[in-house]
Amino acid sequence: MLPGFNLSLGFTLFYLGLIVLIPLSAVFWKTSTLSWSQFWDTVTMPTALASYRLTFGTSFLAALANAFFGLIVAWVLVRYEFFGKRIVDAMVDLPFALPTAVAGITLATLYAQSGWIGRFLTPLGIHAANSQLGIFVALTFIGLPFIVRTVQPVLEDLEPELEEAATSLGANRWQVFWRVILPMLAPALLTGFALAFARALGEYGSVIFIAGNIPMKTQITPVIIMAELDMFDYAKATAIAVVMLVSSFVLLLGINILQWWTNRYNTTNLA
Amino acid sequence: MNKPVQRFLTICLVALAVTAPPIAASAKEIKLLNVSYDPTREFYTEYNAAFIRYWKAKTGDEVSISQSHGGSGKQAQSVVNGLEADVVTLGLAFDIDAIATQSRLLPADWQKKLPNNSSPYTSTIVFLVRKGNPKGIKDWEDLVKTGVKVVVPNPKTSGGARWAYLAAYAYALGQNHQDDVAAKVFIKKLYQNVPVLDPGARGATVTFAQREIGDVLLTWENEAHLVLKEFNSAGYEIVTPHQSILAEPPVAVVERTTKRRGTTAVAQAYLEYLYSDEGQELAGKHFYRPRNAKAAAKFAAQFTAVELVTIDQVFGGWAKAQKTHFADGGVFDQIYHP
Repeated sequence: MLPGFNLSLGFTLFYLGLIVLIPLSAVFWKTSTLSWSQFWDTVTMPTALASYRLTFGTSFLAALANAFFGLIVAWVLVRYEFFGKRIVDAMVDLPFALPTAVAGITLATLYAQSGWIGRFLTPLGIHAANSQLGIFVALTFIGLPFIVRTVQPVLEDLEPELEEAATSLGANRWQVFWRVILPMLAPALLTGFALAFARALGEYGSVIFIAGNIPMKTQITPVIIMAELDMFDYAKATAIAVVMLVSSFVLLLGINILQWWTNRYNTTNLA
Repeated sequence: MNKPVQRFLTICLVALAVTAPPIAASAKEIKLLNVSYDPTREFYTEYNAAFIRYWKAKTGDEVSISQSHGGSGKQAQSVVNGLEADVVTLGLAFDIDAIATQSRLLPADWQKKLPNNSSPYTSTIVFLVRKGNPKGIKDWEDLVKTGVKVVVPNPKTSGGARWAYLAAYAYALGQNHQDDVAAKVFIKKLYQNVPVLDPGARGATVTFAQREIGDVLLTWENEAHLVLKEFNSAGYEIVTPHQSILAEPPVAVVERTTKRRGTTAVAQAYLEYLYSDEGQELAGKHFYRPRNAKAAAKFAAQFTAVELVTIDQVFGGWAKAQKTHFADGGVFDQIYHP
């Protein structure tokens, strides 16, 4: 064991407790003022159930889309030299920096029926604003930097010699990517996916402007929580928050285990 | 420690020193915080200047007034959670009731402390339509026609939207001999014509005016007039239905806070001055309906005559209306349940 382990572990636990656990336990504590049947009735309201499906579904799809396109962006940024690369690289971080409400209003304006993009989509029968598609667009926007920024450093460290070796051993480009590059990127890709997914689950600011917020159709769970708060029903609001929290935790834990498993697979293979 | 880290820490320290609040600056000045809701921004900016002049002339004291605006319900929550408001001027009595019951910062009978239900000015819900009123919208009945798109915020999150919902419901009750079943059918049809439920009144205004969604916006009368002023080139028109609801945005001194801060007298005077000729005239200027007959006469031209019902008459008060219509599983939820 490294020296200073006890001290640093103690510090880690203290810090996590202060920043994460205490606020979260307040959520559980507030919820516990409800009886079990009240809790169950609240979290299984038809509008709430519909919103879980919508929130988790669109967040998952958006993270998936980002994993694919974000990987391409990272690849281009690492492997190619081109004019204005620095600027493109900096642009990737914009969704981080932009207040989400600004992002939401901008997207909603672009995709509205009379907007720059919306006017071309509407004749095709695609209604991007005030629909589930709009939520997907907003979540994809806010999630992009997570994938790019987690994959990019790993990709930079990837030695071209490995690919050259694979090629010299007779692998084609596709095999090189599938058998050599992707397994090494997988842990970073999964981390990025998990971050983008978690971020999308809690997103409120940008989505409300583009979603339309119609109950049962385009109302995400955070909107229901806000509605309960606005009616001063803190216990019900936290009850729904607990459902979000627990299911997010389970999903993220699952992704972490998957990541640990791919890591182990890689190291044993390389050894 | 290496150089860049050292430099970074130095920058952090300097930044902290620069942004830290100056200690004990101007401690003697009287400070008031008025926590209000969204559409009053322009009105209170002007009213505060008038009150500061009045208070200086009367007592010689300088008073500075800060404003906070947001959705009425969210503002009430902030006060419950410790925002030190001296006075609250919110969109509906239910929100101040909530402050009273949740935090006991003010007495339960706060609404009896000032004249006219502690509402120095009133408003109502009107329709805002696009140039030339292409869908020919004149009254509530026109809102449930097929093909008409109505923009209104979510009554669960917006005070103004609750007034709008109740105005529509009261109309439907009147048309159907007070029959609740028929009124529910009407209200369901109405909300099925709503393509977007924004969380707040300003959001709905933006959806209608800037994003050009919908044929008609249901909103506060003063907000509708503001849109006319703000976007006068777009040529919106206000349509006043034959009947609407008397919306009373109430005001109250947050007594526990003012007692502790020693601002009770000035906070009380601040709200009472709203009932003065000057206060009433400013309210009228910002499109609130004044209570005072003189100011009301002066601004009579800008308000269309409308038959107004009250929430107490039709719904038996806020607490009951809230429970029947907006609570979980209430009438509003039933609209969306299959």
